[in-house]
Amino acid sequence: MAIRVWRAAVGTVLVVALAAGCGGVGRSTPKSGGDAVILTMMGFGTGDEIARTRFDAANAAIAPAAAKASEGSFNAQQFLSAVASGTPPDLVYMERRLLGTYAAKKALMPLGDCVTRENVDMSQFREAAVTEATLGGTLYGLPDFSNNRVLMINDSVLSAAGLDPARFTTSDWPALSAATARLTSISGGRLRRIGFDPKIPEFLPLWARANGADMVSSDGRTARLDDPKVIEALTYTVGLVNAQGGWARFKSFRDSFDFFGAKNQFATGQLGAFPMEDFYLNVLAENSPKVKLTVAPFLGVDGKPVDWITGNAWAIPAKTRHADLACKWIKTMTDSTTWIAAAKARASARLAAGKPFTGVYTGNKKADEVIFRDVVRPGGNPAFDTAVQTVLRTQEAGFATPALAAGEEFKAAWQDAVNRVLDGKQQPAEALAQAQRQAQAALDEARSGS
Amino acid sequence: MAATARRRETWAAFGFLSPWLIGFLVFMGGPMVASLVLSLTDYDVLTSTRFVGADNYRELLADPKVRTSLANTLVYTLLHVPVTMAVSLALAMLLVRAGRRSAGFFRTVFYLPTVTPKVAVGVLFLLLFNGQVGLVNEVLGFVGVSGPDWTSDGPWIKPGLVLMGAWSLGSTVIIYLAALQDVPRDLYEAAEMDGASPWARFRAVTVPMISGALFFTLIINTISGLQTFDEVYTAFYGSSNQQSYGNDAALFYVVYLFQQAFQFLHMGYASALAWLLFLIIVAITLVQVRLSRRFVYYESE
Repeated sequence: MAIRVWRAAVGTVLVVALAAGCGGVGRSTPKSGGDAVILTMMGFGTGDEIARTRFDAANAAIAPAAAKASEGSFNAQQFLSAVASGTPPDLVYMERRLLGTYAAKKALMPLGDCVTRENVDMSQFREAAVTEATLGGTLYGLPDFSNNRVLMINDSVLSAAGLDPARFTTSDWPALSAATARLTSISGGRLRRIGFDPKIPEFLPLWARANGADMVSSDGRTARLDDPKVIEALTYTVGLVNAQGGWARFKSFRDSFDFFGAKNQFATGQLGAFPMEDFYLNVLAENSPKVKLTVAPFLGVDGKPVDWITGNAWAIPAKTRHADLACKWIKTMTDSTTWIAAAKARASARLAAGKPFTGVYTGNKKADEVIFRDVVRPGGNPAFDTAVQTVLRTQEAGFATPALAAGEEFKAAWQDAVNRVLDGKQQPAEALAQAQRQAQAALDEARSGS
Repeated sequence: MAATARRRETWAAFGFLSPWLIGFLVFMGGPMVASLVLSLTDYDVLTSTRFVGADNYRELLADPKVRTSLANTLVYTLLHVPVTMAVSLALAMLLVRAGRRSAGFFRTVFYLPTVTPKVAVGVLFLLLFNGQVGLVNEVLGFVGVSGPDWTSDGPWIKPGLVLMGAWSLGSTVIIYLAALQDVPRDLYEAAEMDGASPWARFRAVTVPMISGALFFTLIINTISGLQTFDEVYTAFYGSSNQQSYGNDAALFYVVYLFQQAFQFLHMGYASALAWLLFLIIVAITLVQVRLSRRFVYYESE
């Protein structure tokens, strides 16, 4: 009896112990004997032709070794667990703004040696994209996709309000306020149309730059959130929101947009204009191919174009055992020839589906040049063809925030400040002074601890 | 001989308990001890750990966001627990009176939302409570009430979340239903013969007889209120885009803890935050247990 009891108990424990065992990301492993290894990665999936073509090309470059796609976007918890358990992936794909945090903590490998060893042509990358992947003068990531911010104007709404879309500009703030007032529609206590959405908090760096200020020094060490020009930009943009019914109503209304659908705010006339990332052109081209749209550069108060560029990058975790292979892989992945091959594959797939290929914006200016010259063909709507040319012109004026050792805390500090002002809890100067103290403390602490 | 058999049985009992014991030690006890140690360090997973003594605890006492998030969480819990208990009790009392078949149907209907993932509840909150086009304000509009911007106006965010919390009160309803069905009929009959009004019967018979269940749900709802995370994080902080609009009114304590740990990589500080919450929950629960001695009736007593 006792033996049976014990056997049952021990058996149960074993089953539970085995069931509880779980695998992590795992180290790269030999394929099947020989020298071939499988590189592990995080943050990248091969969901479309562009990803798949580039992925295959990069794998071909390191054959017989190969990388295994991870699917799903970068997840900080997953990455930290893998690093802490001594099984970091060999490759990691993440937003460039996140690189600084992990680089400062020595979780990512500096890419200087990789660039030299593999003769990576750094001149092919956009300068702003490289800036965003550089911490304290050291490169930690090779730029991948890029997002540009341009002004998107709903022609139908502007025409109905008696405004000329071609003359709508962000360079003359009083005129922009006046145009916003004409475009906004409030009736029955409800906001029916947002005249102009300044896209704050998230686009405050764009507005600050348009007003002649940077929110952080070029070496990424000194916060400049309390710069009078940043305060002025925040005061102005919050004023635009308040003039359109106040933040609570404004945001509720905006949240109700069918942003990625056929009844989007351009199709329904719920929005006059806003600055937006270029990917949204593809969304509109897909869902509202006949929409009347004007895309213009976002102009600074000096009348010059301003384009805040962000994007993704490929990095190599510091403790990978296959740094050489990983380097060769990310070099191929981000190279202009790979991008061009991927764009051609995408164009063919779109053609087969009877749809135009509207292009892809990368951190690689050489690739962009060839793709938009040789691969992208005019579609059915001239508005989108013109828009593409505008984005290409605008990105020459691109700027980026340098990688920061406490990037997330820096961002949280200024975004919280904007939210406090939007919520009516603080005035812009007071909120940004508080943000400045928090951001600088975080930057100092991150540097002293790194 | 008897002592040996008893010892053997004790060991066998431990053997059977071992799956839970091992699970507790590996997944609860161990991490708790580890987090207590980590709360005394500057730890970010990626670089070496540095012992900082009570610095993290000193820092959290001075951190205004700790105060904000704690206040938000306490206000939410103070609203959420009574509303959940009152509505659940009302529904359970209706169910007790319903016919056998309809009671089964409504029991399932009330419980179904409980199995909805909290993440879905967070998204539903944004859809239902949108101030401009949400269903809640549409319905309020029918009766001439102009509803607030529940999801974007600071003062209305917590009341909105409390109402949304009613989505998952099914388990509390089921507990009350079981308790109500256990109340002896003869007590009601005796009270009725004594001329007690329905309200008097509710106060003098129902409440004392189900006080054990009321106390249990008070404790678990209070703890779950203080640990609220999933639905709030999904609704207000789930994506990089949403994080940009994080409203102070939606900064709940565990959300702030999560931000410190996984967004800012302050694992030591986050551990200290976790221990502060643990102590607060223990303190509140002890007070509730102390008070319960006056109000809770157990049949075995």
